[in-house]
Amino acid sequence: MTDVTLGRISDAALERAAAEHARDEHELGFWIYLMSDAIIFALLFATYAVMVDRTAGGPPAHGLFDLAHTFMETLLLLCSSMTFGLASLSVRARNKDAVLFWLAVTFVLGAGFVGLEIAEFQGMVAAGAGPQRSGLLSSFFTLVATHGLHVSMGLAWIVVLGLQVLVRGLSAPVASRLYRLGLFWHFLDIVWIGIFSVVYLPGIY
Amino acid sequence: MLGKLTFDALPFYSPIALTGAVIEVGAGAAVLGVVTWYGKWRYLWTEWLTSLDHKRIGIMYIALALVMLLRGFSDAVMMRTQQAIAYNSPGYLPPEHFNQVFSAHGTIMIFFMAMPFLVGLINIVVPQQIGTRDVSFPFMNSVSLWLTASGAALVLVSLVIGKFSTAGWSAIAPYSELRYTPGVGVDYWIWAVLISGVGSTLTGINFVVTILKRRAPGMTLMRMPLFTWTALVTSVLMVFAFPALTVAAGLLGLDRYLGMHFFTNGHGGDMMNYANLFWIWGHPEVYIVVLPAFGVFSEVVATFSGKRLFGYKSMVYATAVIGLLSFTVWLHHFFTMGESADVNIFFGIATMCIGVPTGVKIYDWLMTMYRGRVRLEQPMYWTLGFIVTFVIGGMSGILLAIAPVDYLMHNSVFLVAHFHNMLIPGSVFGYFAGYCYWFPKAFGFKLDDRWGKRAFWAWIIGFYLAFMPLYVLGFEGMPRRMDHYATAGWQPWLIVAEVGAVVIAFGIACQIIQLVYSIRHRHELRVTSGDPWDGRTLEWMTSSPPAPYNFAVIPQVHDLDEFAWRKKHGGRGPEEVRFGNIVMPDDTGVGVILGGLAFVLGFAMVWHIWWLAALSGLGMLAVLIIRSSEDHDEHLVGADEVRLIETHAGLEAAE
Repeated sequence: MTDVTLGRISDAALERAAAEHARDEHELGFWIYLMSDAIIFALLFATYAVMVDRTAGGPPAHGLFDLAHTFMETLLLLCSSMTFGLASLSVRARNKDAVLFWLAVTFVLGAGFVGLEIAEFQGMVAAGAGPQRSGLLSSFFTLVATHGLHVSMGLAWIVVLGLQVLVRGLSAPVASRLYRLGLFWHFLDIVWIGIFSVVYLPGIY
Repeated sequence: MLGKLTFDALPFYSPIALTGAVIEVGAGAAVLGVVTWYGKWRYLWTEWLTSLDHKRIGIMYIALALVMLLRGFSDAVMMRTQQAIAYNSPGYLPPEHFNQVFSAHGTIMIFFMAMPFLVGLINIVVPQQIGTRDVSFPFMNSVSLWLTASGAALVLVSLVIGKFSTAGWSAIAPYSELRYTPGVGVDYWIWAVLISGVGSTLTGINFVVTILKRRAPGMTLMRMPLFTWTALVTSVLMVFAFPALTVAAGLLGLDRYLGMHFFTNGHGGDMMNYANLFWIWGHPEVYIVVLPAFGVFSEVVATFSGKRLFGYKSMVYATAVIGLLSFTVWLHHFFTMGESADVNIFFGIATMCIGVPTGVKIYDWLMTMYRGRVRLEQPMYWTLGFIVTFVIGGMSGILLAIAPVDYLMHNSVFLVAHFHNMLIPGSVFGYFAGYCYWFPKAFGFKLDDRWGKRAFWAWIIGFYLAFMPLYVLGFEGMPRRMDHYATAGWQPWLIVAEVGAVVIAFGIACQIIQLVYSIRHRHELRVTSGDPWDGRTLEWMTSSPPAPYNFAVIPQVHDLDEFAWRKKHGGRGPEEVRFGNIVMPDDTGVGVILGGLAFVLGFAMVWHIWWLAALSGLGMLAVLIIRSSEDHDEHLVGADEVRLIETHAGLEAAE
């Protein structure tokens, strides 16, 4: 569409077209941000792989973790990804109440995940396996806590967008923000699967 | 209450540090005083600091870069002077101070001179070159600027309050760990780098999206001007390389603040992991600062030869290949870490490979000039100086890519000569070429020619005098970063290098005179059209300075050199000149506020003032949440107003 045609249409239509293009750009920009963030995680994974045998006389990776605990965490986070998917479907169906409901469920599941992670960290620190103990533990805590911090940010974002849905309804900008939050949330799920496979499984078996 | 901050942090312990601090505070106070004296605060705030106009943001970036260039260059002169006199004597700088000076010099020149300079040029030029009205994320653009500025401010403040790092610009571990460097210097470095690094990452995202999504209709990727291509590749590198710097500096911070053991000596720390992480960012960074300069040279050579760029496609592919290969050579920064020969051979060969696309570019520039009508304007001076000088630096780089040779040369001033030989012609000359090439675009008048050429001659003669002796000294085995030495044979060469630094100082003085002179004589130097150089690309189609929206009517692109094509085919393009309403972003002070809070956060973390750090961190979060809930941050420029601006610009041009 050229501006010659834009000149003939109404201001409202012009603003709508600009806003739509802007949302398109926001979504691409967010994808690129996620790729940049993925590099951070990739380097933290690499650092963990380098550090995994650097126990400095402290506890080795093998035997640090509890499968039942990790299983619960995984279950909560994967389910929260599904419930966020249901929230996204409700956005498409323009069902405001359902969006709010599924966002709330996602929040509860995510908060449960963060709570379990904090409990795990507390247990390890109490058992003398804190992040200052060895290079291995430094890299473990940093990798897992960076993910946990992302999830916590996601929780805050869910609250903010929940309020926006409540006040403004499912307007186009709010829907676009929910879409981006969805990308973020599912991205964290994928990172967790990496953590589960690279950190926890080899540590248990 | 104030953490580690006490009155002892003020530099009364050393007359030299005190002098530096007084000069810096004095200069700052003078600037504030002048603004107050002329009552320009409101103007400064509404027209500049809160502006989301990409051209103004670009100009502010370059202003920051020029200020930091002065500071970084002062450090350079201090080092050269110390080494010129410190044969069998302690010189005038104590070792610890000397170490701070070289650490600050490198940090400033890379993060706060080169980065803002290139981002500023990209900001001013790219949207106009691709025929659009703004970047994709104008607000984020402002945030990037203010995060960069707050990082720079942290480095500047470290001269007055506390001391800067002594660990080199790369904060080499484990020396930068708490055990060996307990002061606040490394913490200043960490926070300056982290905060400005976030700004650079955001800039990268912004320009990738802008270039991919905002090109004028008809501008395919292979019709993008070469500067835009280099901006795109540089932005991609920023997006993917800066996370590595964030991780390296972040983990170092965790070691220092929370007692972890990533890079410590003992407790399972792995110091070589720091070198890897840092240079995984560090080598792409070399190309982040060099590629946009290559873009400038490409535009300048084509314009002033009156010819289409030779081998455009090969230039594009060379740029992309350099971008890709830049991620495969980082280990050549520490061949001596003791990896196996196979590893060193891989990285050595990759390093030699990256010379190939660079060589392609050199030939393309030469062939563009061949049989062209070359006009020797200021930007061409910098370009020709670059081509000759850069090739020498490339040769010494190929030498260093051979691992056994590197074992002999590493950590010597040969290396210092090599990378300055790359970065001064390869990026600084390019930025200067871009600075005088696009100056009339940004301000509507040219920079004075005579002072510009004087600056060039002083810079290039000074460069050869300052750095060629370092190649010799490197062969003679002089290590880098020495605060004093006992080899008589080195001193004459170091005195020559000192003379070189003084000659470069004359060059900088010429540039300051040039700027002042040109502003005073702006009416004589005024450009009457938007196109003072007979340009070839779209940015010369806008008026000079451009309207906030750049193009009243978005052009339809037919050719790689669209504007040259239009001039050849008679006047304007086929667009009907009918002005419509234009949507533009509202200006906002939120970027300044976020940058200010980031500065407070960094400062509080450096001095362990935890409550203030928490407060500013929460403040940033709150500001972001409020801003992100904003749905209406744009306004319409009405068609009538556009017509008025355009007619006015036309009348001025006609005068």
